[in-house]
Amino acid sequence: MRAGPPLVIATGALATLVALFAVTGAAPLNALSVLWRGSLGSWYALTSGTLLRATPLMLAGLATAVAFRAGVMNIGVEGQLLAGATLAGALALTAPGLGLALLPLGLAAGVAGGALWSALPAVLKRRAGVLEAVTTLMLNAVALYLVGWLVRGPLQEPAHVYPQTAQIVSAARLPILVSGTRLHAGFAIALLLVLAAWWVFTYTSAGFQLRAVGANPRAARLTGGVNPDRVAFAAFLVSGGLAGLAGASEMQGVTYGLYESLSPGYGYTAIAVALLARLDPRAIVPSAVFFAALETGANALQRDAAVPAVVVKVVEALMILTTLAIGALQQRRARDRSGS
Amino acid sequence: MDVYTGADGTVIAPPALALRGVTKRFGEIAALNAASLIVKPSTVHALLGENGAGKTTLMRVAYGLTQPDGGVIERNGQRVRWRTPGVAIAHGIAMVQQHFSLVPAMTVAENVALGGHGMLDLRAIAERVKRVAERYGLAVDPDARVGDLSVAQQQRVEIVKALARDASLLILDEPTAVLAPSETEELLARLRAFAREGNAVVLITHKLRDALQAADDITVLRRGATALEVRAGRATPDDLVAAMLGARVVPPVRTTGAAPGAAVLSLSRVTVRDARSVDVLRDVSVSVRAGELVGVAGLEGSGHQELLRVLAGRRVPSAGTRVGPARVGFVPEDRHRDALLLDESLIANVALSGLAERRGRMPWKQLETDTLAIIRDFDVTAAGPSAPARSLSGGNQQRFVLGRELLNRPPALVCENPARGLDAAAAARIFDRLREARDAGCAVVFHSGDVDELIAYADRIIVCHRGSAREVERTANAIARALVGAEG
Repeated sequence: MRAGPPLVIATGALATLVALFAVTGAAPLNALSVLWRGSLGSWYALTSGTLLRATPLMLAGLATAVAFRAGVMNIGVEGQLLAGATLAGALALTAPGLGLALLPLGLAAGVAGGALWSALPAVLKRRAGVLEAVTTLMLNAVALYLVGWLVRGPLQEPAHVYPQTAQIVSAARLPILVSGTRLHAGFAIALLLVLAAWWVFTYTSAGFQLRAVGANPRAARLTGGVNPDRVAFAAFLVSGGLAGLAGASEMQGVTYGLYESLSPGYGYTAIAVALLARLDPRAIVPSAVFFAALETGANALQRDAAVPAVVVKVVEALMILTTLAIGALQQRRARDRSGS
Repeated sequence: MDVYTGADGTVIAPPALALRGVTKRFGEIAALNAASLIVKPSTVHALLGENGAGKTTLMRVAYGLTQPDGGVIERNGQRVRWRTPGVAIAHGIAMVQQHFSLVPAMTVAENVALGGHGMLDLRAIAERVKRVAERYGLAVDPDARVGDLSVAQQQRVEIVKALARDASLLILDEPTAVLAPSETEELLARLRAFAREGNAVVLITHKLRDALQAADDITVLRRGATALEVRAGRATPDDLVAAMLGARVVPPVRTTGAAPGAAVLSLSRVTVRDARSVDVLRDVSVSVRAGELVGVAGLEGSGHQELLRVLAGRRVPSAGTRVGPARVGFVPEDRHRDALLLDESLIANVALSGLAERRGRMPWKQLETDTLAIIRDFDVTAAGPSAPARSLSGGNQQRFVLGRELLNRPPALVCENPARGLDAAAAARIFDRLREARDAGCAVVFHSGDVDELIAYADRIIVCHRGSAREVERTANAIARALVGAEG
């Protein structure tokens, strides 16, 4: 699960984007400038657009990287993110009296919700060897429909008109990080966690066990005495917890309530974020900002340059494929060299 | 085409397959070293050899899966060269691998149809399967789903698949390993009947009994070279074992450095049951003392591997007890798969050993010092401690793994075939390390497929046969007899 040279891929992605502009009939240079202005070119676009969007991508990308590093194909970060947002939202809506304690409790509920949502596929994998790539992907749909039911049923706003919940009390909301912008404290939490994950991977026994199990579970067991199933199981739950935190942070920092389209596919973009970062936590920061800029700019493109926002999705998909292909090629070349 | 003439000058048929002087190196390990194999037409030919002797590599060369570095291949007297298995198949060669290549969800006929060209006519293929199956007595239902079939039946499907493509030379890799005795007998009888019709069969096996019972000719490989070519009727089990394990030279008896101390590893009435609920190790009691170097011999499937893994604490016995220290150094036979993180640094690979016992922070500074010490003390050629394990050659990986497992002087060390694939000088260096460890008080156990090695380096020798283990005299004759289960 190693990726190719990220800078080359990012540059290639931009070149592809320009080619797609031409195909859709937009003037490439004009479109590029719209993309720039809409993502990084102004203080407001940078903080309230790109960095705001990079927050859930960093957390969800980290969730993906933790799982992939341990050899767990958790494709269910999207569903775990929704589960985290849901549990955090349910707590804030049903117990508004908790006051300021709701802020940390909501985030904790998010972690718990995500971890619980990943526990089912994790147990199925450990006990019965069920492929987690399939179960987690299917649970994404279940999570989405569950939110859909909640916001039309038990958690619907008091007027029972819109498919959404009421707004959570302001005590439960994440404080704004930079005044005059929408950037909230979740961004700082995400940055801290990414650094913490890097430190755990690099300097602690637990992190090294996780990497060893992902790299070669047989060697981890026979040489290291590590139980690979147990380590993978723990990584699965941590991954789900991080995804759930991404959901809670989005709910408590941006939407202040639940509705179906809470996540525009953060959990899927997270896979691209993690792969482009070569599963290295430190690289997740620039990787998440890059994708956040692309997706934020895509909205501006659609609005101001009449370029369909899906061209960005096309480029993202191409990037995942390229990254995986280069990784596979590199691995094969390394194998050929070592003659095994 | 060469003309082959008999002693009286009459023209006789050329060999169905002849491999002469075939060499193949993987890095610094010579898998084949001028190996040869002559398969006469209308015969069953057994290719014998220990694990790692080069049997499978040689047959992969014959089938076009591996390109040889040197040597000649002849098919029916004509010199040929296979670039891919497709070319070999076109010349009537088929190979049934140890692990079947069948699609469980498909029917037998569909599996046979795979790899064909042009139009798919399943009914014609089913007819053909039925004809071939009847002709050679291989009962197979073309419409059965492969996933529903027993292992023996799946093997028959593999053979029918080969025969349906008009193969006239069938290579089977350890075909009897998965079969019950009665199934084995039936299969061997069918193969003989097939060969009699002007075809030929090569049986890769390590089972002496199969070779003696079913084959017309036997070729024994040892360390990548042909050690013996003999007509089956003239061979005895002792001859074959001697050729497989190379027990010709008896080196002088070596004495232990110091008197052995107390028992460090001991097994009491240990039984290991495998996934098929067969007892691969039955009621075995052994003990290894400090300052002792014990060699374990055993043919493939005799239980020696399970014995070593239980001793090393890497496998939990189904019954019986093991007493041993918390830390036992372990050098598995397959280093790539079981001992190394190939893409991680040497330092990380040193850290891997005993990882489960580590808590909190990783002592990377100390581990780097340890890695440098291993590189220095065990003559590991590496770009540095941060070089990925993959960048080391096979012999260096082997020395590195041994050095890592001997780090901080473990009370016991278990090695599976520690010198496998190495030339004599490199092997001697490995065994010198094992001796040093023994002399420092370590309880050392190793398995070797080479009788010379066992006699030369072990203080005591334990031989496994069909799940039981007993200690034997340090002589080639005693080991060879115990390996095939002869008394005394």
